[in-house]
Amino acid sequence: MNYEAVIGLEVHVQIKTRSKMFTRVAAGYGHEENTLTDPVVLALPGALPVMNKAALDAVIKAGLLLGCEIASVCKWDRKNYFYPDSPKNYQISQYDQPICVGGRVEIELPGSARNVMGEHRKIALTRIHLEEDVGKLNHGATDSLVDFNRAGTPLMEIVSEPVMHSAQEAFAYLTSLRTTMIYGGISDCDMEKGQLRCDANISIRPVGEQKLGTKVELKNLNSISFVRDGIEHEIKRQLAVVARGGTLVQETRDYDGQTGTSQSLRTKEMAHDYRYFPDPDLMPVRVDAAWKERLRAECPELPFDKQRRFFTAHQLPYTLTSVLVGDRALADYFEEAAKLSGKPQAVGNWIANDLLRELAHAKIGVAQSKVRPSHVAALVDLVDSGAVLGTAAREIFMEMFATGDMPAGVAERRGLKAVPTDTSELEQWCREAIATNSKAVAEFQAGKESAINAFKGPVMKAAKGKANPKLVDETLRRLLAAT
Amino acid sequence: MPSEIFYRSITELAAALAAKKISAVELMQAVMTRTRQVDSRVRAFNSYDESDAQTQASAADARRSAGESRGPLDGIPIGLKDVIAVAGQPLTASSKMLANFVSPYDATVTQKLKNAGAICWGRLNLDEFAMGSSTENSANGSTANPWDLTRVPGGSSGGSAAALAAGEAIATLGSDTGGSIRQPAAFCGILGLKPTYGLVSRYGLVAFASSLDQIGPFTRTVEDAALVLSAIAGHDERDSTSFKIEVPDYRAELAERRGPWRIGIPKEYFADGLDPEVGAAVEKAIAFYQSRGCTIKEVSLPHTRYCLDTYYVIATAEASSNLARYDGVRYGHRSKDAKDAVDLYFKSRAEGFGPEVKRRIILGTYVLSSGYYDAYYVRAQKVRTLIRQDFLNAYREVDVLLTPTTPTAAFKIGEKADPLALYLCDIYTIGVNLAGLPGMSVPCGFTASGLPIGLQLIGQPFQEAELLAIAQAYESGHDWSTRHPGL
Amino acid sequence: MSSAPQLDIDHVAKLARLVLTPEEKVTYAQQLGDVLHHIEQLAKIDVTDVEPTAHASPVFNVWSEDVPRAGLTVEQALQNAPAQRDHMIVVPKVVE
Repeated sequence: MNYEAVIGLEVHVQIKTRSKMFTRVAAGYGHEENTLTDPVVLALPGALPVMNKAALDAVIKAGLLLGCEIASVCKWDRKNYFYPDSPKNYQISQYDQPICVGGRVEIELPGSARNVMGEHRKIALTRIHLEEDVGKLNHGATDSLVDFNRAGTPLMEIVSEPVMHSAQEAFAYLTSLRTTMIYGGISDCDMEKGQLRCDANISIRPVGEQKLGTKVELKNLNSISFVRDGIEHEIKRQLAVVARGGTLVQETRDYDGQTGTSQSLRTKEMAHDYRYFPDPDLMPVRVDAAWKERLRAECPELPFDKQRRFFTAHQLPYTLTSVLVGDRALADYFEEAAKLSGKPQAVGNWIANDLLRELAHAKIGVAQSKVRPSHVAALVDLVDSGAVLGTAAREIFMEMFATGDMPAGVAERRGLKAVPTDTSELEQWCREAIATNSKAVAEFQAGKESAINAFKGPVMKAAKGKANPKLVDETLRRLLAAT
Repeated sequence: MPSEIFYRSITELAAALAAKKISAVELMQAVMTRTRQVDSRVRAFNSYDESDAQTQASAADARRSAGESRGPLDGIPIGLKDVIAVAGQPLTASSKMLANFVSPYDATVTQKLKNAGAICWGRLNLDEFAMGSSTENSANGSTANPWDLTRVPGGSSGGSAAALAAGEAIATLGSDTGGSIRQPAAFCGILGLKPTYGLVSRYGLVAFASSLDQIGPFTRTVEDAALVLSAIAGHDERDSTSFKIEVPDYRAELAERRGPWRIGIPKEYFADGLDPEVGAAVEKAIAFYQSRGCTIKEVSLPHTRYCLDTYYVIATAEASSNLARYDGVRYGHRSKDAKDAVDLYFKSRAEGFGPEVKRRIILGTYVLSSGYYDAYYVRAQKVRTLIRQDFLNAYREVDVLLTPTTPTAAFKIGEKADPLALYLCDIYTIGVNLAGLPGMSVPCGFTASGLPIGLQLIGQPFQEAELLAIAQAYESGHDWSTRHPGL
Repeated sequence: MSSAPQLDIDHVAKLARLVLTPEEKVTYAQQLGDVLHHIEQLAKIDVTDVEPTAHASPVFNVWSEDVPRAGLTVEQALQNAPAQRDHMIVVPKVVE
């Protein structure tokens, strides 16, 4: 019997606001322990919650980006359970009236080769809601230490429908979701800082079966790679259980990315009766059309839409577009350079190859680069006009990156300009090249355009590589036409 | 006017302070001396900080000398129920759970009182976590009614009421969830006001039932109540349930409103269980209003008999969640016997909470639990809508409602052991919280044995100015407030 | 009066993180049984088409702007802590 895996992902995204979800003490990461607290965070007697407007804006924006329906009215519920990292021993969340319903995440699966774009799919979402984060437990040998800095940070919970069937899809889903959230300025999605967390729900069923099998929840998936590995591992484990005639148990398992193994977690609360009820301390939220429109206007173009547009508008190949759209700042940078130069392919190459390489080496982002779009556009112009040649251009780029000087200046200073060609000398070299290759002449005159290249080699050799390629080409054509 | 300074009103004392007939330090001294004298018998205070009070009083005098007096409350000692946070002072809710808790922050009302120059004086006893109607549920022992020390002062704000009645403060603040200001006010012969839900900020009030709790003043005169209410009312950004409205100068408003009014008498509040002496006193008051030109009209609030049940479902449900934070982790009592983190919760809470609190947490947890939520909690919230509608319907025909505050006068300490019997004390006050309306208890006489009786005025939402004027109309024709317990 | 048939006091006490003595269980079950019996009255009312009161008057969108405000110092945050170490709250080992 053939089995298929069914996977749903629950992703928590920490929203990048300045203050916390239900109180205005600062939010943040990496601060001294327990320095980002106030009576509300610590759930002192008498504390009360107040919503953070920016967090609402962010989740609505996320919903708009992901094609969700934004609820016209939504409310807050208390999810009651006891745990040391949860100060109130209830979490303010949204139960039956979440702010976003439905939606989808477009994913791209790996293609057949690195330069081939893979299949695109849309993974349906169930809902997105807002809630507050909990504190951090540091487990020691005999006791645990609690730091409440993280407690109260705004958190979006994004729930997918159980419609993924492979670890690969899950990986693609997370990558796409992450990029979209960063694009929208909603979160930095740094998994190491806990800004994006993922739990997976995995089950298997015979192919063709509609009913879902016994679900296992996989937790502690601390990186996108671990999500993929953990899911793969779990699918194998479930298949093995079934293969030897065992029964799968509904449980929560903890995945260890280092060892590649998982184990069953003891459930925290045997009866998960959260006793949800509407939070009497908070008023409901009403989202009108005007609010949505304001946020819609702030929504950036989605990464895959941009990828498609770069392809159709600029004929950029996948190898370039896939790299350029991964980072919104980079994509914007490219578009400006393309606009300035009118040569998207050329600037695209410089940016995707040389700029990215140098940025990685220097460990800085595109915003910190001294090379700006105008630099790249100018460089492309110089090369195109023949004022500088290939290898010289590379050197110029490196210098620009280091100093921020414009390419013409660099070329001048470093003597990298192509030597202005003595046209009579050039004409002589061209005549000689033509004279010594009658076969190519015949081919060219018969209509084979590429035959002209046969002459360029000898000409460039004679010119010691410093002839202006454009001029060479023009001269050859003129001479050939006259032959 | 009483000769004892600690029985004077805020208005009188403000005038005396302004005229430099007395200093804030002297006033505070008199109040402290009185407290030291009587509190071993009344037990209104959980604690008081004399040196802090003196410091506040000196500051008030310094302001006055510099011509920077902040108004009528400047230098006036006001006692606070031990559920209202004052930075640097204990916040115990009369519970073992918080016996050693010191608040690092001020409640909004505390800040407002400080801004008005008032002296925050002492921590007043209450039923533990405001759950009770007699102050017998306090972990610190019961407070005594100053009029008869063998009787309860009422609850849950028993300490706040008793302290004022005994002259241990010039005004006090309490909190009211089902009658916890009005009922003790009636038992102790003073004025007690529960504002409209949302008028006064709850930030810094130890929460019992979030949709019902309100902080309000106990005072000797209506004018005093107006002064304190003006100081503490108003929208608070830290309380999402506080309303954005203009807070009037309630004292100034009193002069503008003379009546006569249309007074509604809900027939359901004059039925079985009402003590004849209490009933007679309230009837006399009705007659008084009538003699002043008011129209008296019988009205019906048909869902009255469901108030108690509705209240106990909603209040305990909210409380069970609000009290979940008391776990011995970040603060509060932590059991020494806990074997592990889970055990920590069970034991700390079992050791920290008293029986009534435990009962209500259990009841509240039950009504929210899986399978019972719709049958109890949702249903109760729907009945609540009907209860509120009853009141709003009545207000189409009358301006205010008048009822007894309590079915009886103060009962003996230890007399009502059965929880249900105690719950029944609240039958006249509870509907007002469910409907979110303002309510006031006004002294209206004494029983033959000398126990105070209170009448309740129930007003329309955010119409405290009118409510106070109606109360003052009664007050101007009576001198109940000149009588004081023989302590 | 007997306890309400549905009140499983062991289960509810566990949900509420309260450990009760056997005497308490009996007493509370009985007392709460009386209260619950009284509350059963609510089942008799017709609440068809009645909206539950979420808040006394419906108000929407109560929030404040995302401007950070000073909080508690770490000393204040921990001043009431039953146990602390390295500026963190200590709890007995939490077993996941």
